[in-house]
Amino acid sequence: MKCDSLTRAFTLLIRRDLILAMRHRAEMANPLLFFILVTSLFPLGIGANPNLLQAVGPGIIWVAALLAALLSLDSVFRSDFEDGTLEQYLLSSHPVSVLVLAKVLAHWLITGLPLLLVSPLLGVLLDLPAAGIKVLFVTLLLGTPVLSLIGSVCVALTVGLRKGGMILSLLVLPLYVPLLIFASSAVDTAAAGLPVTAHLSLIAALLVLALSLSPFATAAALRVSLS
Amino acid sequence: MRAIVIHLNGSRTPQVPVTQTQSCCLMAAGLECVRDDRVLFSDLAFRLEPGQALLLEGRNGSGKTSLLRILCGIRYPDAGTVSWNGSDIQRLGADYYQHTAYVGHRDGNKLDLTAQENLAMARALGRPGKVMPPAALEKVDLYGYEDVLTRNLSAGQQRRLALARLLVTDATLWILDEPFTSLDVHGIRIVEELLEAHTQAGGMLAVTSHHAVNLDRTTVQRINLSA
Amino acid sequence: MFNNFFHKMASPKYFYRIAGSLIPWLAGACLLFTLAGLYYGLYLAPPDYQQGESYRIMFIHVPAAWMSMFVYVVMAGAGAIGLVWRIKLAEIMVISSAPIGASFTFLALVSGSLWGKPMWGAWWVWDARLTAELILLFLYLGIIALHGAIEDRRTAARAVAILTLVGVINIPIIHFSVEWWNTLHQGPTVTRFDKPAIHISMLIPLLLMAVAFKLYYAFVVLMRARCELLERESNAGWVRELVESK
Repeated sequence: MKCDSLTRAFTLLIRRDLILAMRHRAEMANPLLFFILVTSLFPLGIGANPNLLQAVGPGIIWVAALLAALLSLDSVFRSDFEDGTLEQYLLSSHPVSVLVLAKVLAHWLITGLPLLLVSPLLGVLLDLPAAGIKVLFVTLLLGTPVLSLIGSVCVALTVGLRKGGMILSLLVLPLYVPLLIFASSAVDTAAAGLPVTAHLSLIAALLVLALSLSPFATAAALRVSLS
Repeated sequence: MRAIVIHLNGSRTPQVPVTQTQSCCLMAAGLECVRDDRVLFSDLAFRLEPGQALLLEGRNGSGKTSLLRILCGIRYPDAGTVSWNGSDIQRLGADYYQHTAYVGHRDGNKLDLTAQENLAMARALGRPGKVMPPAALEKVDLYGYEDVLTRNLSAGQQRRLALARLLVTDATLWILDEPFTSLDVHGIRIVEELLEAHTQAGGMLAVTSHHAVNLDRTTVQRINLSA
Repeated sequence: MFNNFFHKMASPKYFYRIAGSLIPWLAGACLLFTLAGLYYGLYLAPPDYQQGESYRIMFIHVPAAWMSMFVYVVMAGAGAIGLVWRIKLAEIMVISSAPIGASFTFLALVSGSLWGKPMWGAWWVWDARLTAELILLFLYLGIIALHGAIEDRRTAARAVAILTLVGVINIPIIHFSVEWWNTLHQGPTVTRFDKPAIHISMLIPLLLMAVAFKLYYAFVVLMRARCELLERESNAGWVRELVESK
């Protein structure tokens, strides 16, 4: 019975966030456009030599993905904080960590998933070989949820601040380093035709770790931010 | 008295033997609140029982909202404890929130959801009560606004929508921060009737208000924080 | 019993007194160890057969790098205690330690780069350890920035405690990933800082300096904690008594 109502709250919360996102479709596209734009700026800046692009492509795409994720993070809790619904989650009779997980999952569906879907296109733009593009897709599939999960902790810590944006990037980006390293070197390795099981397992491990720990940290951080 | 007994049977807080506390109650002892190195209040104590209302008075900045947030468990008291049925609310956590409903000075409505969607979410977050969202809307005189976006409601209507949240969950303790803000005379009368009906059914109230609150049929305890 | 011990130790008045009487001793010991370590390291220890005199910067660099980690771990421990048992003093320890830890990290980076110039011919090399230190510095700066941004002291302290705990889980992962990245991308020019065996005449001053750094941390953190405590408790009775008695 209690479990039932928890599942209901979980799905309703995701549905609610998706409805809200659909009612603001224009905002939804912003991180995606940013991702595409930043990636396509690099060839203009460093030259369109295919060999060069192939060498730096994985790193560029992943750095752009980090920045796009960072840009979209603020929206996880910001509007809920401003209109007072965030308080209502904390005062819910369900575990806050589960509600947080629903919020993060919805956020990933809204911002992470589009990045994932458009990434093969960017791989083609940067002359990555087919094997590299395939692995790029897998790393983003495993990695973008990690970006949302880790980001949610830091966003929860800064949500009460009027100018949280700069601090947020200072808090989040160092924590993204391992993911960036594993993911871009996975794409590199795949492009060179070598096996990448180890890389992908490490990213999957990061995902499992973030999935199991970050909702609790986020819940605790929200409690602190609202107190 | 009957109302109390019914409530105790429905209570899901297992730690406290019923015989020890006699009746369910909200108790505060030795509460102290410090903000910006200024002591807002100290050594505050009260005991609130079913059918009673706690009315917090005081000037702006005297700590009324802080006290309400302490009673919600959002804010930690600088000293003292708040207990529900004899257990510290910080320990009870979600078990306490099954029995509470809170309307802060921010409405906690999502402006881009319809009135009914807002209430459905509120119902899922708490312990669902017998009253369904449409019926709750009717009680706060918002019949016919079910599918109107909250953004398009007037300030007073938004406030009434927030207060309708109290009805869709099965909460005993209502914690209300300035519930009459932006309500007209008619709205104030509706809400006062709701509050009165709640205490008559064995519920409890903790309310701050600038306005004089007419709760003739309810035992009202007043705490003046400016005194 | 455990709880009782903590709470007694954590009573602000008690702590203020004990810390006040410890500081001179710790500071004195720190001075002694520093002098001994410097004398041993700069005069008695022989020059390295490969690096000549320049290796002596190790006596600053290595203890600073150790301390940068050590302080973070202390902060995480104090943060956990502060969050679980709601002990004010633990929260104060976290935020009092952060700038010290950041300084040690900065010192390790600067001395590493000074050491790198004669060794590698470049001020900065993307060596795994230096890179990890750099990220650690960012973590410290994030903590300090967050603390500065939140106005309410208690909220700030608890937010910082959570951030420190998140960081401490990430540090081993960051280290591992950077090492790994380094082995993938690094040319053969880099020599590791850690030698397979260090001669006893170099080990002694290194250990002396390490102890001196620890003592330095101990007395500075106590001083900072005492200040922070006074500011926070400026309304409490014991602070009033203290001021009036002077």
